[in-house]
Parts: sequence; structure tokens; C-alpha cells
Amino acid sequence: MDVIATAAAPLVEIEHLSHVYRQGGAGDHAVLDDVNLKLRDNEIVALLGRSGCGKSTLLRIIAGLMPATAGAVAIEGEPVTAPAPQVAMVFQSFALFPWLTVLENVEIGLEAQGIDLDERRQRAIAAIDLIGLDGYESAFPKELSGGMRQRVGLARALVVHPKVLLMDEPFSALDVLTAETLRTDILDLWCEGRMPIRSILMVTHNIEEAVLMCDRILVFSSNPGRILAEIKVDLPQPRNRLEPNFRALVDDIYARMTARPSGKKEGLFPGTGIALVLPRVSPNRLAGLIELVAAQPYNGRADLPAIAGDFLMEVDDLFPVAETLQLLRFAEVEHGDIRLTEAGKRFARSGLDERKRMFAQHLVTYVPLAGHIKRVLDERAGHRAPASRFRGELEDSMSEELADQTLRAVISWARYAEVFAYDEDSGVFSLENPT
Amino acid sequence: MNIRAAASHARSLPLGLGRRGLLPNLYDLIIFIFIAAAFVALAYGIREMEAPLAKLEVAPVTLDPAHLPEYALRTTLRMFAAILASLLFTFVVATLAAKSRKAELVIIPALDILQSVPVLGFLTFTVAFFMRVFPGSELGAECAAIFAIFTSQAWNMTFSFYQSLRTIPADLDEVSRHFRQSGWLRFWRLEVPFAAPGLIWNTMMSMSGGWFFVVASEAITVGDTTVKLPGIGSWLALAIERKDVAAVGLAVATMGIVILAYDQLVFRPIVAWADKFRFEQTAARDRPKSWVYDVVRRTRLMRVVFGTVSSATAYLALTRLRLPTRPRRPGATAGGRVGDALWIAAVLAAAAYALWFVLGYVRASLGLADALAAGWCGLLTLIRVMVLIAIASAVWVPIGVYIGLRPWAAQRAQPIAQFLAAFPANVLFPIAVAAIVSLRLDPNIWLSPLMVLGTQWYILFNVIAGASAFPTDLREASTVYRLRSAQWWRKVILPGIFPYYVTGALTASGGSWNASIVAEVANWGDIKLKAVGLGAYIAEATEAGDYPRVVLGIGVMSLFVVVINRLLWRPLYRFAERRFRLS
Repeated sequence: MDVIATAAAPLVEIEHLSHVYRQGGAGDHAVLDDVNLKLRDNEIVALLGRSGCGKSTLLRIIAGLMPATAGAVAIEGEPVTAPAPQVAMVFQSFALFPWLTVLENVEIGLEAQGIDLDERRQRAIAAIDLIGLDGYESAFPKELSGGMRQRVGLARALVVHPKVLLMDEPFSALDVLTAETLRTDILDLWCEGRMPIRSILMVTHNIEEAVLMCDRILVFSSNPGRILAEIKVDLPQPRNRLEPNFRALVDDIYARMTARPSGKKEGLFPGTGIALVLPRVSPNRLAGLIELVAAQPYNGRADLPAIAGDFLMEVDDLFPVAETLQLLRFAEVEHGDIRLTEAGKRFARSGLDERKRMFAQHLVTYVPLAGHIKRVLDERAGHRAPASRFRGELEDSMSEELADQTLRAVISWARYAEVFAYDEDSGVFSLENPT
Repeated sequence: MNIRAAASHARSLPLGLGRRGLLPNLYDLIIFIFIAAAFVALAYGIREMEAPLAKLEVAPVTLDPAHLPEYALRTTLRMFAAILASLLFTFVVATLAAKSRKAELVIIPALDILQSVPVLGFLTFTVAFFMRVFPGSELGAECAAIFAIFTSQAWNMTFSFYQSLRTIPADLDEVSRHFRQSGWLRFWRLEVPFAAPGLIWNTMMSMSGGWFFVVASEAITVGDTTVKLPGIGSWLALAIERKDVAAVGLAVATMGIVILAYDQLVFRPIVAWADKFRFEQTAARDRPKSWVYDVVRRTRLMRVVFGTVSSATAYLALTRLRLPTRPRRPGATAGGRVGDALWIAAVLAAAAYALWFVLGYVRASLGLADALAAGWCGLLTLIRVMVLIAIASAVWVPIGVYIGLRPWAAQRAQPIAQFLAAFPANVLFPIAVAAIVSLRLDPNIWLSPLMVLGTQWYILFNVIAGASAFPTDLREASTVYRLRSAQWWRKVILPGIFPYYVTGALTASGGSWNASIVAEVANWGDIKLKAVGLGAYIAEATEAGDYPRVVLGIGVMSLFVVVINRLLWRPLYRFAERRFRLS
């Protein structure tokens, strides 16, 4: 599939787009920063990035569902101010109306355009046939499996004859097998030119999915979302996941996505010092990954794509765990690999008590917020401090939601390590553990 | 009906308890003043129009059993008229509150307080008011009765609809905007269907509660005029005047039949039909059933009727109507903030004027002593309500748990409990009063149980719902570990049903306050029984046409109910949600 149209105005053009979630005052949270992108005729482009990198926000801005803070979005040269008729969107959650039948759900876009009943029916049935849903017209969404529901979502988008199809993680709510079938079906329809669309822009966090389906991949960094790299995929369709070129490309993208910004020891978590935004990763998952990497066949060093493939984990499952290990200095993550440090290897060999002791030591030393809470508790006479105090400190530099997530992460790790206790009812940290 | 579905609906019930803030705030106070001012204005206006009420040319109510079916029909029609008015009010006012911030600032606290106002207390005003609007016509009294029922029904329906509008799933909202649905189309395709389960459940609950008010509002005495609208309530009033026990029995039986018919022919079919609007992506295992609904669906004629109705709705939805109902965007602009400030300033100024107006009116004829007397009466009624709720809980919680843990028993008992909750207890009052008179019991104690006669069932059926929804694995775990009985109650089942119990007890308590107005004073022919309390205070002031005291009584009662809700029920509810919510 070659890029043909170069002279005409691109289907979608985004210039210097930035987006900020306002929370008033200091807590403004930059979601997208200086994003530029062109979507041309006849291509499938992926916006690839981890959760929270703003890629879904970008898709919604293109769809006209929310305005950007700064920058320009144009569809066929016209600036976007409201939902444009040239685009149609497929949602991660399917977003079907549970009280409408499959047919009525597909018709919803035509109905809003005021198209009369006969034409509506005819077009809806054609779209349902195209997408392989014949026979399900009178079913309600709750009677369908996930894959079938997403087909309804796709038919609903195609029936309005959009030029651009936007897909927001369309396969991530599906199980592995169903997702694969749907991907293949969509690729077949696309390659045979049977869908009435000119381009597809899809958001995903699944690296293999992006390489399998897309002509171009825009890799996003997180917090704020920026385009880290643009990768052209020249492999011919249909693509084979096991082919060396395919694997090399996947490995390359893993490496880019795990690359640390130079000089930042904390890894990829946004923020600095005590205001580092921490992910909620359970201590069991941390220990689990350490044991996995320490054991055969990895022996302390593993290829992240290989782990992801072997254990059917996605980037969003795996990366936060790996990066938390890096933050705690139990592992190093680089070039798409994870390598246990000496401490990490010792952790893997130890029993529960020793593990807890090591975890406590690393937690207080390397997670600034944990160290900070511990110091405050040590200094205070009663060894007690309200969580609201630390929440307030965090909210100076991050959103309420992220502050809550960060605090909960630290509480969960500290409980495992028995560094300090937290009482949910009173919202108070203390040094005493219940006896 | 399916118990679990009932449970999930019932849980979404009352009073905006989910809202933040436990203590009454300045805003509640302001709204309170407004509502008080509205009553004062009404009372004031009626006094100004000094002309006597025109004599009504209503065919006198007789105790002839041949008329009973007609009376039952009239009573039922009043009920449906009120529910239609409530629905219309809900659609307009809740939509307004959900779409406009400024409207929301006033409407939502107002609903909250209006739910706590004793409806029966201001029947006097509304009757007088409507009879002046329609002088010499029966319509005025009819409107007053319907309005009284309306005021007992509309608020929780509006609240439910508003809450649904505010919790429309983000993805469906996006689909609606993405396909550029007009506001009107969005209303019928997204908002109404999404809100339907909660709204229908609340409507049905409102109707259940409404029977009480329809009976109470048909026979009204305003000063020296007594209006008796043809209906079961008037039949009952006449039977009481004449000490006719047989007639009271007939009224009870008729009411029983009416409620049963309503339950089978209206309530259940609608709940079964509304099941399709439940916002769930998985098919439920057991769905609400209704034989009437099944019959209706199978009949060809009915299918044609329903088909016509649904295509009429579709036609209505597709009418290209321009409505300014764009959902509001998060994040207020600077202009919006200035607008809000101006709006709040205007509301504050109006509140100050309203306060001045109310004080002026009340001070003209009442002093501090009167306020203290009303407060004392309120305290007595408060003690009654609390003691009775405690007794009812002690009785019905164990029974409800016993029933709820046995599915076969719950299947049978739940409809009975719902039937009893809908049955207007005031129809049974004369029997109790006759008993008190003949046994010469102390009315101060023995009139009290009447207050919870009709409302205790809310505790029962909520507890049944909670116990039925209690997870089997937790029960099995407590069996495996051989928990002792006391421990089982304390650690397992009471926390498990607590959120349900709070909902039930709250509804029961609110209903009991209202019932006190008709329960603390009771007549049997020429014998009059009275229990000292706020209900009796209001009832006596009403009978004497003493408007300032009626206003004072209503104000004090509303204040009591609001404060109890804020200080007791709302914290309990939030605590239950936080700690004892299963899953």
C-alpha cells in the first residue's frame, strides 16, 4: 500500500497541539505537548504508547469531542470545532446502547443525520452484512460476546460512510483469540478495499498489534505525551509475527519505549523527589517478576517482549512492574531488556522475612515519598501523622487522582515491608503495627 | 419480582444521600428560608382574600356499597393524575438541574428539603388556594388533592432522574455527541432510557407511598368548610363520623383490592418491561417476571398497541426539535465564574428578603413561647419516631434476615412486604382508634404505633433484599468456621445487610414524621384522641384555621427532619457505603 496522495490536503493534520488538564493553580497537568501529525489517504497509522500518555485524548480531540488547549487540528483542511462528519469512531468499551438492538445501534448515526427509515434500514443491513453480523440484527448487545459487540461498534462507525476511521484501543477489551480474529477480519476488509473509508487512525498500547496492522507507528512518551519516534512499517501484508524482521521491529520499539531520559535515575515515572508519580503495583507482582527473571531460562536477564509473549502480558501490565523494580534498584531496564541487580538476585534467593527487610530498606532509601513519611513519623513525638498532610504536599504538583494513586502505592508497599502502618478509618500513618 | 433487581433499585433510592457534606450548610439554610417564605406567602395570600369559600356543589358521599367501585376508581384516577404531573415535573426540572449550573445550585438543595416537608401539613393552604383559583367548582378541591399527592411523589423521582443524567456513562455520551444527536434525540435515545430503571423504581415507590396521601387528602376541613371528594378517603371519613365499623371494613377490603390490582396490573408489568433498560452488559440470570407482561407480549392486539406506542415515541424522538440541551463542559470559564457569583449574590439577596418576610409574618402573631412550644412538641414526636423505628427494627431485622436467607421464602414474602408498604395505613387507623377507645388506653402511648404502621414494611423489605443479596460464599465460610450465633450476627450478617437496613430505616423514619400528622390526633365519631406532639400541633392548628401556627409547625417539623437526616441518616449511609459495601 503506497502513499499516493501527497499534494492534496491531508485527511487529518495536527500542528503544535498541546493539551492541559486544568485543576486550577499549580496542579495543571500537561497531557499532550507539541504534537504534530499528518494522516494521509490510504494508510493505517497507530498511536502507540502506555496508558496515561494522552493518546486517547488526542483521538478525542481529532473526533471533536473535546477542544485542545493550544494548537490546530484540521480535517481535510477545515479546522475542527465540533464532531466532524468525516470521522467515525470505534470505542474501547464498545459503547453500545444496551436498550437498543444491534440494528438500532447501527442506525443511531444515520438517525441523527435525519435519514429516512428505508434508507437507514438498507444501509444498516449492508454494514451489518459486511462486518459479518447477519442474523444478529434483532439481538440486544448483552446477548453478544465481546467480539460480536465490537463488530457492532465497527458497523455503526462504517455505516455513516466516514473518510477516517478512529479506533480507540478497539481490541484491548477482548480476549486474545477474539482480538486476533477481529484484527485479521478488519485487515482483510481493508486490503480488499471493501470498507468505505480512506484511512484508519488507531490508538493502542499493544506493540505487536501496531506492527501487525499499521503502515506507520507514532510512538508516544508519557507525561506529557510527545511523539517520541515515527516508525514506518514496510513489511508486506499479511504479516507474520514470527518473521525475523517483524521481531526485530517489535524489539526496537520495546527498546525505544523503555529508554530512560538521560540522567533521570528514577526511570520513567513523571515528577521528581517526593512528588514522583508512582504506579499501583502490588508487592506480589514485584516479587513475581523478580522470581521469573531470576529463574530458568532467563537467569537474571530477560527480553521484555519475550516475557510479554510467553505470559500473554501487555505493555501496560509489564512496564509498571519492571519500572518499579528499577526504581527500587532491584532491576535495570534498558534496550527492552530487564536485568536483575545484585540486590534483586539476593531478593530472589531469600525467604519471606529477609525479603521484607530488604524491601523495607530499598523502599525508604529509593522511594523519596516513603523515606519522607518515615522521617516525619520518626521525628514526631507520637509517631503519628495524618495522610491529609502528605496528600496536600503531593497535590501541590500533581492532580488529586494521581496523588491518591501515589499515596495508595506507597501505603501498599509500606504495609508489605512493615515500614509504617496506615489506618484507613482515621486516615493516619503511624509506626506501630497492630499486635 | 426479582429480589436482586429490587434490591439494586431500592438502593439507589433516597434523598441525595450520596452527596458530599454531612452538616447542614449555609445553602440548605437559604433554601429552607425560601420554602418557608413560599408557605407564608400562600397563607398570607389566603388571609388577604377574605371572601368565604364558595359552597361546593358536590354530590354528597354516602356509605352505599354500590358506590364503592366508583369511589375506588376516582381515588385511583387522582393517583394517576398526580403521577403524570410528577413525571412531567421530573422531566423538566431534573433536566434543567442537570444542564444548567445555576439552576442546579437552587433546585437540588430545594428537592432535598422539600422531601422532608410534611406534605399533609399544608393541605389546608393548597385546598384554600386551589378553591380560590377555581371558585365554586369541584375542580379546585380535586386539584388540591392531586397536588397533595404530587408533593409526596415528585421529589425523589426528580432526584433519581437528575442523578441518572449526571452519571450517564462517558462513552455513551461521547457516542451521542460524536454522531451529533440533537438535544431532543439525545433525550429520548440516551437520557430517558438510561434513567429509566431508577426513575421507574422511584415512580413505583412514590405511587406506593401516594395511596396514603390520596386517602388523607380527599376529606379536608378548612376552617368551617369541609370538602369531601368522592373517593375511599371520604368514605372512610364518613364511616369514622358515623362510627360505622362495617363501612371501615369495606374500605379496608376495597383498598386491598385496589392495591393488589395496581401491583399486578401496573407495578410488576412495568418493572418487568423496564428490565431491558438496565445498564448491564451481561444478561441477568433471573429477570423480573410478571404474568400480565407476558400475556401482553403474547397477544397480537397488545403487540400492535405497543408497536404503535413505540413508533409514536420514535416519531416524537425524531421530530427535529431544537432544544438548547447541550451537555455542559467541565471546567468553568472566567465569565462563568463571574456569572455564578452574580447568581449567588442574587439568590442571597432574595433569601434575605424572604427571611425578613417570614419573620415579619410569624412575629405579627407568634412569640418566642410559641416557637418553644412547637420545639417541645417536635422533641416528643422525635422520641416517638426514634423509639418506634428501634422497636420495628428489633422485630423486622431478624425476621427479614430469616426470610431473605431462604430464597423460597423471600420469593413469597417480598411481594407481601411491598404490598403492605403500599397499603395506606390510615385506612386501618379507625380500627386501632376504636380499640384504644374501648380499652381506655393512654393515647400518648397507644396512638404512637400508628405512625409506623405503614412505614415499618420498608425496613422489612429492604432487609429481605439485603439478606437475599448476601453472597453465598461468605455464608459458607461462616458455616465452615462454625461461627457462634452472636458472633454470626455481629460479624457477618448485620454488616452484610447494613446498607440496605439504613435505606429502609431512613424511608420508614421520613414516612413516620408525615404520618404523625394524621396519627397523633384521631377521631372516632365524637370521641377525640390526642397524643401530645408536633403532628397533633399541626393537625389542631389546621383544624382551627390558625395559619401562622401551621406554618410554624411545618417549619419546625421540616427542620427536625432535615437535621436528623444530616446528623444521623446521611453519615450512617455514607459509613455503610464505605465499610459494608460488598463488592
